[in-house]
Amino acid sequence: MSSVASVHSLWTAAAGAPGKIPGPHIEYAQLSPTLIVLGAAVLGIMIEAFVPRRSRYYSQLLLSLVALAAAFAAVIGLAAAGFGSSKAHVAAMGAVAVDGPALFLQGTILLVSLIAVFTFAERRLDPAAHGKHVDSFAAQPAAVPGGAAEQAAVKAGFTTTEVFPILLFAVGGMLIFPAANDLLTLFVALEVFSLPLYILCALARRQRLLSQESALKYFLLGAFSSAFLLFGVALLYGYAGTVTYAGIAEVVSDGAKQIDPALAGTMSNDALLLIGGALVLMGLLFKVGAVPFHMWTPDVYQGAPTPVTGFMAAATKVAAFGALLRVLYVVLPGMRWDWRPVMWGVAIITMLGGAIVAITQTDIKRLLAYSSIAHAGFILAGVIATSKDGVSSVLFYLGAYSFVTLGAFAVVTLVRDAGGEATQLSKWAGLGRRSPLVAAVFAVFLLAFAGIPLTSGFAGKFAVFKAAAQSGAGWLVVVGVISSAIAAFFYIRVIVLMFFNEPKAEGPTVAVPSPLTSTAIAIGVTATLVLGLAPQYFLDLAGHAGVFVR
Amino acid sequence: MNPVYYLYLAALLFTIGAAGVLIRRNAIVVFMCIELMLNACNLAFVTFSRLHGNLDGQIIAFFTMVVAAAEVVVGLAIIVTIFRTRHTASVDDASLMKL
Repeated sequence: MSSVASVHSLWTAAAGAPGKIPGPHIEYAQLSPTLIVLGAAVLGIMIEAFVPRRSRYYSQLLLSLVALAAAFAAVIGLAAAGFGSSKAHVAAMGAVAVDGPALFLQGTILLVSLIAVFTFAERRLDPAAHGKHVDSFAAQPAAVPGGAAEQAAVKAGFTTTEVFPILLFAVGGMLIFPAANDLLTLFVALEVFSLPLYILCALARRQRLLSQESALKYFLLGAFSSAFLLFGVALLYGYAGTVTYAGIAEVVSDGAKQIDPALAGTMSNDALLLIGGALVLMGLLFKVGAVPFHMWTPDVYQGAPTPVTGFMAAATKVAAFGALLRVLYVVLPGMRWDWRPVMWGVAIITMLGGAIVAITQTDIKRLLAYSSIAHAGFILAGVIATSKDGVSSVLFYLGAYSFVTLGAFAVVTLVRDAGGEATQLSKWAGLGRRSPLVAAVFAVFLLAFAGIPLTSGFAGKFAVFKAAAQSGAGWLVVVGVISSAIAAFFYIRVIVLMFFNEPKAEGPTVAVPSPLTSTAIAIGVTATLVLGLAPQYFLDLAGHAGVFVR
Repeated sequence: MNPVYYLYLAALLFTIGAAGVLIRRNAIVVFMCIELMLNACNLAFVTFSRLHGNLDGQIIAFFTMVVAAAEVVVGLAIIVTIFRTRHTASVDDASLMKL
């Protein structure tokens, strides 16, 4: 009697008295960052239900900030207790890894979301409607834009304070995503952070049609790609008979030595492994925004409310690259020679495609979207290195890049005209004459994107390209440097536009933000300069965090 | 009956779903095709579970159903708000943003 038949009897007939089912052993303390954030999100929903409308904004803001700060403290505590290095292990019955890369990325995501909450909460930029301050989100997103219901909602001073718990749910998913240690957790985490983002995209106060359109595109394409990821998971499960990363990696590297003859048809069938691996990578590359899975990026970045775009551009990229690294380095290291050429190709077309198409853009948000695609390509160059240096350079790059992105989008929210944000690039002409400070800050971010020395962008790019070159990907680095040069062209073009062109008469004004957005931008600039001038401490930190647990 | 046939069926359903997403123009139908793809995944999971003789695949199928249900909630909300704004659910009409 084969083992297959005996296990089948588990569900075909009562195979004897049901034994005791051992309860799972969950290390709650080690999962505390995620649990704090998700708990606060649930609490936020309760606040929406029970707290009177006038005090919701402050209670939600306070709750979000406290929860994210507490979760960050928990990450620091775990790292200080040695879970990032010596005590790294797999928690929650093999579902979640607590190790260096996971803690580093979780810390980055939490800091980024903390700053994103500041930009979400900004209420001074839009002119007050009916004497009440309003934020970037629709008064009542379910109402038809411009309809009677919406006008009544605006008049009553409603605001969508639900954005804070929705943001927290997304952050919770993002915290699990890079730490997921089996493919089921990976898929569930992907959906947990994607679904709130789809909603957030549809909530813009101004230009709601664009906003809803971006949500529709993001949702349909995101669901499409996650279906591919799920089918890949199914095929990998068919290949290995398990969905844990370590289990699949074992079957990949050893082949299955003593397998049941009944399983010989599926177990360790290379077609399942190759197609399944490719589909899972496809789903992850979609979230990363790599060419040829980048089509959603410009539309979604342009249409979504700008604070959401900033959050999404920064935090999603960190989480998705974390998951991509773990899948490639923990699950599929045994088939490195199969995926490396593919990723080479993807990295090259992503770098070149993003940089070249960005040149033709006339909208600042679309320009930043294509620049984020190009940056995904640069980060992929570090992913391909398949070395410890590769991992830590990617970690550092993600940390540096996310603060620059968040700051840049925060500046975009400030430049406004009668129709809301003035995202047309032509309207930015001469901004440096009118508001030198804002233009100078934006120039710092652009220089960091371009990778000019003394900014964090240079330190990150240098680390990534160095790791790639050391692993023998010399040509990739050459392509990377060329596309950096192309990218530098359009970043510098914006700077020239801001400082050396005459301002137009009907140009936009720069709104004076509340301390919230000012703080967000100030943190962005500080991080950009500190990581650029003295990157060594943070490079060491990323270097120590560069080992995955199996 | 050879359980591998169910895998072929799963692959076929998945392909039909994927082709539908690319071809159909109504957002609701596109969305239904995505659900078809998810269900094809479920069939594959359950079949592999039977082949391997462990229960992982069946458990995952339950998770997929829950995720699919959550996706329906969010997806239909977005499609309905768009429909109320534009009085159409065609994905071709959602083209305010072009290169």
